[in-house]
Amino acid sequence: MKLTIVNYGAGNIKSIQFAFQRLGYEAILTDDTEEIINSDKVIFPGVGEASSAMLKLKQTGLDKLIPQLTQPVLGICLGMQLMCNHTEEGNTQGLGIFDVNVKRFSNKVKVPHMGWNTITNLKSDLFKGIKENEYMYLVHSYYAEQCSEAIASSNYELEYTSAIENRNFFGVQFHPEKSSKAGEQILKNFIEL
Amino acid sequence: MLTKRIIPCLDIKNGRTVKGVNFVDLRDAGDPVTLAKQYAELGADELVFLDISATLENRKTMHDMVLHVAEQVNIPFTVGGGISSVEDVDVLLKCGADKISINSSAVKRPELINELSDKFGSQCVVVAIDAKKIESEWMVYLAGGTILTELNLFDWAKEVEERGAGEILFTSMNHDGTKAGFANEALAKLTQLVNIPIIASGGAGTMQHFVDTFKDGKADAALAASVFHFGEISILELKEELKKNSITVRL
Repeated sequence: MKLTIVNYGAGNIKSIQFAFQRLGYEAILTDDTEEIINSDKVIFPGVGEASSAMLKLKQTGLDKLIPQLTQPVLGICLGMQLMCNHTEEGNTQGLGIFDVNVKRFSNKVKVPHMGWNTITNLKSDLFKGIKENEYMYLVHSYYAEQCSEAIASSNYELEYTSAIENRNFFGVQFHPEKSSKAGEQILKNFIEL
Repeated sequence: MLTKRIIPCLDIKNGRTVKGVNFVDLRDAGDPVTLAKQYAELGADELVFLDISATLENRKTMHDMVLHVAEQVNIPFTVGGGISSVEDVDVLLKCGADKISINSSAVKRPELINELSDKFGSQCVVVAIDAKKIESEWMVYLAGGTILTELNLFDWAKEVEERGAGEILFTSMNHDGTKAGFANEALAKLTQLVNIPIIASGGAGTMQHFVDTFKDGKADAALAASVFHFGEISILELKEELKKNSITVRL
């Protein structure tokens, strides 16, 4: 099993590496095209701001590479948002892998949406062994709208897409690497896809 | 629904927890990693580590500790104490901390909040505020409550939000250590004033105090140390009590 994490300067990669390490897998951090293409599973992480993250992807050509990958790819948090069509954060054009737009929560609620919230309407093998309304840890100010590719939704101000799947591509808004045992189960499921 | 969070706080000196802990089945109570793991398993939603010695020679020990916590603990954690620059934060985040907390350094140089939220995102910037009610005004203190500033709590809270803080950790010095309940009146005012999450700190003594701080203080999270360390309140029982009082918690 060769597992790589796409390196484009996104924050807190260590937590993801450690989470896989607890499951018994080594995750290699790399921006090398060959290495990413030749891995069995790819993690596309993300903490930070969308437009500057997209700029970094473009500078390294990763914006062209990621949509062409054929093995299972998991985008986490900003990683998932960058895989969508467009995000309001920095008015950024995304990779267009998921056919949905990303918007900002209004100021009617506290922003960022921070803490543990439930995921419902679970629809994918990614959630094998995960019960409806399981709690996941989330920290984000932008959300993907409800859409047909959604495999989980959460509620904060409104119902939104908290996990998404299209072909070999998966995205989760929450942080499985920080979501206790249930989060680790999701990472394990991804490895076993 | 988003839950209210329960956050045990560990004071760290030279890489060890201080103030003592009294956990059943825990052989080495001084090891922060063992303790952190235990808390994660007992249902804590997050953890805060405060480096109370925060000397230069101690930084390396702290980095090692953060690395070990990140390696073994599967819930988010915040690190505070002695952080005063973008470089300090960069190292801690690279070691695996999810958030960092700044206090005195933010008062001394408020632009630091902007610099950190621009570079790392506001989600990882917690501004800790220690304040004391003097006559009718809440005033901000520095350096563990030893230095009085000219800042009013509410003005300062508004400013840190505008500068990009993602969360405020408010400790009432009038309540801290009293075990007589949180500063709910000030908390409720804070929550109304700013649109970022507020962590209540100082005064936890009973489970009812947590119920009150979520209901009356409208806090998003509650932080406590000794009641958890000495086993006076079990996190699981606390969460069951909160649930009975219609407060949403992760159980």
